[in-house]
Amino acid sequence: MEHQGFFRKYVFSYDHKVIGIQYLVTAMVMAIVAGGLAVIIRTRLAWPGVGAKALPPEAYISFVTMHGTLMVFFVVSLALSGLANFLIPLQIGARDMAYPFLNMLSYWTIVPACLIMLASFFVQGGAAAAGWTAYPPLSAVKEAVPGSGLGQTLWLLGMAIFIFSFTMGGLNFLTTILNLRTRGMTMRRMPITMWGFLVATVLAILSFPPLTAAALMLLADRHLDTSFFVTDMLIGGKYRALGDGTPLLFQHLFWFLGHPEVYVLVLPCICMVFDILPVFTRRPIFGYRPSVYSMLVIGVLSMIVWGHHMFVTGMNPYVGKYFSIATVIITAPFSVLGVNLLASLWRARMRFATPMLFALAVISAVGLGGFGGLFLGTMTSDIYFHDTYFVVGHFHLMIGTVTLLSIFGATYFWFPKMFGRLMDERLGRWHFWLTAGPMITIFVLMHMQGLGGMVRRTYDPSIYGYNQMNSVLRLPITFLAFLLFAAQSIFLWNFTRSIFRGAKATANPWEATTLEWVAPSPPPHGNFGDVLPVVHRFAYEYSPGEGQADFVPQTVEKTA
Amino acid sequence: MGGRPAVAKALIVFFAILTAITVVGFLIPWRREVASEEGKGIDLTITYLLVVAGIFVVLGHVILARFIWRSSGGEVAAYGRPSKRAEWAWSIVPVLVMLVLSEAGVLFVSGPVWDSLYVESPEDPVLLEVAGKQFEWYVRYPGKDGKFGKADLKSVNETDNLFGLDDFDDDAQDDIIKRGQICLPVGRPVVVRLRTYDVIHSFFVPEFRVKQDLLPGYATRIKFTPTREGEFDLACAELCGLGHYTMKGKVRVVKPEEFDAWLKEQMTFGG
Repeated sequence: MEHQGFFRKYVFSYDHKVIGIQYLVTAMVMAIVAGGLAVIIRTRLAWPGVGAKALPPEAYISFVTMHGTLMVFFVVSLALSGLANFLIPLQIGARDMAYPFLNMLSYWTIVPACLIMLASFFVQGGAAAAGWTAYPPLSAVKEAVPGSGLGQTLWLLGMAIFIFSFTMGGLNFLTTILNLRTRGMTMRRMPITMWGFLVATVLAILSFPPLTAAALMLLADRHLDTSFFVTDMLIGGKYRALGDGTPLLFQHLFWFLGHPEVYVLVLPCICMVFDILPVFTRRPIFGYRPSVYSMLVIGVLSMIVWGHHMFVTGMNPYVGKYFSIATVIITAPFSVLGVNLLASLWRARMRFATPMLFALAVISAVGLGGFGGLFLGTMTSDIYFHDTYFVVGHFHLMIGTVTLLSIFGATYFWFPKMFGRLMDERLGRWHFWLTAGPMITIFVLMHMQGLGGMVRRTYDPSIYGYNQMNSVLRLPITFLAFLLFAAQSIFLWNFTRSIFRGAKATANPWEATTLEWVAPSPPPHGNFGDVLPVVHRFAYEYSPGEGQADFVPQTVEKTA
Repeated sequence: MGGRPAVAKALIVFFAILTAITVVGFLIPWRREVASEEGKGIDLTITYLLVVAGIFVVLGHVILARFIWRSSGGEVAAYGRPSKRAEWAWSIVPVLVMLVLSEAGVLFVSGPVWDSLYVESPEDPVLLEVAGKQFEWYVRYPGKDGKFGKADLKSVNETDNLFGLDDFDDDAQDDIIKRGQICLPVGRPVVVRLRTYDVIHSFFVPEFRVKQDLLPGYATRIKFTPTREGEFDLACAELCGLGHYTMKGKVRVVKPEEFDAWLKEQMTFGG
């Protein structure tokens, strides 16, 4: 490799590994902001009597809105983009992404999107305040809510740029997985994480464009006097003739993306856990093929069930029934993933390193979160739970807890490959206990508040008499949230310190079989030296037989 | 036994505590006492799902703890790949079980309630209209003629014409208009027509278990049958702006005689 200047090597790099780490670090920065917002929100909810001046309602709902937006799109999505970037070429035996320049471009497109989102806090009226779902007319009419001014415009702009970048990244992932696999790396020999990213990427490419359309139409409604989503209304005591659009159209477009997006985030995470498990159980994963087929089925189903977010909008009852019937079918393939995660622990010999601890907690969260979904997919129970804390608890378990715990596990696991050093185990364990415990508990407790009928996005729930009982949970949830937020400093310290001072890692510190562990730690630009590895076997040859080695890497030739 | 690492034991305790919090938490009766016929049906669905989900969540965590216990005791891992037959069997079984249990919940437990809410038309219902605006509820009864007078957003006046009715419209003369207060008789089905003046709101009475969005450009509807007397909060469930959390109304359910008397006492639009 020719010598590269600092900027070409670390800033405007074409190297998928550097870009992956750039994504991860960006996600961490955004996570500090988004997590900080959560702490402010929880503080307000725990002590509604105090601090009304410090945090007025307009700030509260704009913080709720931005917490959701940042977490979903700028933390979890970015962190996953980072891991995908880092892992895809390494796991399939490629030297880089199919389009390295496009890859750099997609990262440097996300940066302005992040900056626009952050800047929106400081404009007049504050950041967007119509919820992360941005339903019009609240998000379309300036008089509706203060954040519906410039803040909402910047939000829409930031989202459009984000989608642009995500689509570029997705095309790259897809092409790379399909075209750049090394010799012998058949689809059925790929580590299951590659399948996860493949399905997720296809879903993202198919489902994001409608949201781009929705964002542009909403911008037009706001600034060009169109009426896609707005109707004549009486607002602030004044009659405004805005036309006869339909706000429902926006909801359909939003959830046409919104629901697949759940699986875009969750499937790769579950797959990374599948990839972490065998290394620490010394057993092949259970049900590789059924899991892959299940994911394909989930992928297809996830595109045709978006209406379950809209049961109470007054849709045709037969359409509602269809959406409910189709939605709960997903529990079937999803339960296959759950059973296979569990069964992968069967007759194992466990090694309890930090990545494994996180993987085990994810299995628990998948169960708790998954079954919560049944209450919301079933049409009549959803009538009661819609827009309550039950929903908040549920989606935080799935696209908050399952994803973040997996991402943490993955970070501990692949860190030695990224930096050639190991993260500290003792700190890792502390981080695990102080993260997994509070995180899962917080969101399980929120289900109970929802059971009591507590409505989400309320500045002061104590106004309603029926919240009296479930308000006993406010303080425990808030204290756990503080603990959870504080515990992340352990992770940040461990991460930063280990880059420079961590114990040196060998090429294959965990004794794993997949291709990334054949490359040196950290791999050079081009990953594999002069000759690309050739794959001869399945991705999970652990404890293959009596008298044989404990594990056999994919590159080892089969002896007849 | 001595070889089992402390972290394995800690994990088992951890999952036991999580399961306990979940099970005990869901056994606590958080829901307000139900106050509508349809609410009872919705509660039945929730109970059904709680039982199904509860069994699997507990079972899953027991298996998780058991596997951690078994495979942390120093034995070597089993050799060889899991058999194809086992893999497919353990896929088909959960698929069938979950399909049957979840679709039974939708079709047979949830279905009848859904139909009674949205498909069947109730006999002799109490009719009323509720309009949402930032951040208040306006209520209107059609009066003796059973017909709502034509409402026009352009004529709405906060002081004396909350619904924007026409002075010369015959149907409007006997309409009864209230602010934030709903009165209903016990035991009779109620059909509420829902409209909004500005953004999306959502009509939610936890005791009735029902919720329905108010959408600009549409008139939506919700039906329920109060089963017990009492005073309940009406909440807005869809974020509607700064005062979203203050958008509270009152629903009073009284004896039918009392309701009739109450109706007679009310001023009509025509005076």
